[in-house]
Amino acid sequence: MKVGAWQAMTLVVRRELCLSFRRPEQLLQPLVFFLIVTTLFPLGLSLQLSALRDMAPGVLWVAALLSSLLSLDSLFKSDADDGTLEQLALSGQGLTVIVIAKTLAHWLVSGAALVLVSPLVATALGIPPEAFATMLLSLGLGTLTLSWLGAIGAGLTVGLRRGNVLLSLIVLPLAMPLLIFGAGATDHAVSGTSAAGALYFLAALCVFTCTLAPFAATAALRITLD
Amino acid sequence: MWTWFYRLASPPYVYRVAALWIPWFLTAAAITIGCGLIDGLGFAPPDYQQGDAFRIIYVHVPSAWMSEFTYACMAVAGAIGLIWRIKMGHAVAAAAAPIGASFTLAALVTGSLWGRPMWGTYWAWDPRLTTELILLFLYVGVMSLRSAFEDPARGDRAAALLSVVGVVNLPIIHYSVVWWNSLHQGATVAKLGKPDIELSMLWPLLSMMLGFMCFYAAVLCIRLRGEILDRERQATWVREAVKS
Repeated sequence: MKVGAWQAMTLVVRRELCLSFRRPEQLLQPLVFFLIVTTLFPLGLSLQLSALRDMAPGVLWVAALLSSLLSLDSLFKSDADDGTLEQLALSGQGLTVIVIAKTLAHWLVSGAALVLVSPLVATALGIPPEAFATMLLSLGLGTLTLSWLGAIGAGLTVGLRRGNVLLSLIVLPLAMPLLIFGAGATDHAVSGTSAAGALYFLAALCVFTCTLAPFAATAALRITLD
Repeated sequence: MWTWFYRLASPPYVYRVAALWIPWFLTAAAITIGCGLIDGLGFAPPDYQQGDAFRIIYVHVPSAWMSEFTYACMAVAGAIGLIWRIKMGHAVAAAAAPIGASFTLAALVTGSLWGRPMWGTYWAWDPRLTTELILLFLYVGVMSLRSAFEDPARGDRAAALLSVVGVVNLPIIHYSVVWWNSLHQGATVAKLGKPDIELSMLWPLLSMMLGFMCFYAAVLCIRLRGEILDRERQATWVREAVKS
């Protein structure tokens, strides 16, 4: 049966979603981690809501970065270990199509889920509801960009036995602009000034990684797999 | 016309030529750095605000500049190795990475020593400083990725890809002083039109920059020779070269 690129992509996305919903604990653990990290900050810094509000955007973004980093390791690993990835690569579809599908599925179960949970954390940290729209938009764009960057890192470290720490070492410096503009946008929204500039920057970063990162991640996989 | 370029892909040729270049680069570096230091520390007028403390600029700015330049060199060499499968490209990238990391560290250390009398603190969470620190982490990431693979060829290609991807951060580091209101002073030398710096202060700085370039080239040649010997240790020409 001949399968088109679009059909192959939807099939892989559906497979990934199916796999992760069969293991709900894997889906929930990064979210719980996100909640725990954000509760650690007030305990470590200050319990005053007024003081928390000032650093809430940064706390939110750092926690989001860390928790999506947590699930990145499994992006290609299990499929590479049991040979599925090689079969997918040999399937006649371009490897890029597979990479795009797997990364999008990863974003749906980690990034998008995190965006949905974030209002809960934001309320607890004292971010006013008026800022939620900007915060959700910035987190959505940011986590998607992070998934693409993470796909490059995961592709580079997939063949390594202990690639977990190295993966963070690789991805976090690349995610630096994301943190600056993401936390900046949320910060602007909290203080009531226009966040448009930072949001445009985030959107530009997102488009940039969406167009180029799939090819870089494919190249990375080809280096580590063959 | 392209033969000189093709010959640069051959390890024995590069090994021989690098040995010829080293004394020239070292002499040029010694002369320019010496002139720059004497002129900069002895004859340039003191700054009207910072007094004599500004003279650390003659070490700080060239090393900060070289930290970015070396990264670009490493990424270009890695890309050449990745695209045309030229082994020498990877050897150059592997030889350049620790030098670049050292320049970055030197820029950070001299910068914080300069910050102490000027800003009253060794370290400020300022865009310029933070992005320079991130550059250091990028170097560390590239170097550790290269050594993480058991198969050196695979490690080379993975590190090359990562360094090419990391080039995205270079403009952010470079323009961080322009984009954010920063404690760090803005660009004073590399500007279109007239530089903001007094000419008698500028000449030693330019001389130091040239000197750092030559020094980098000399160290790169030395490290490259070692890298080639290590990579080609099975080849017969290496055994002959080491014996003679």
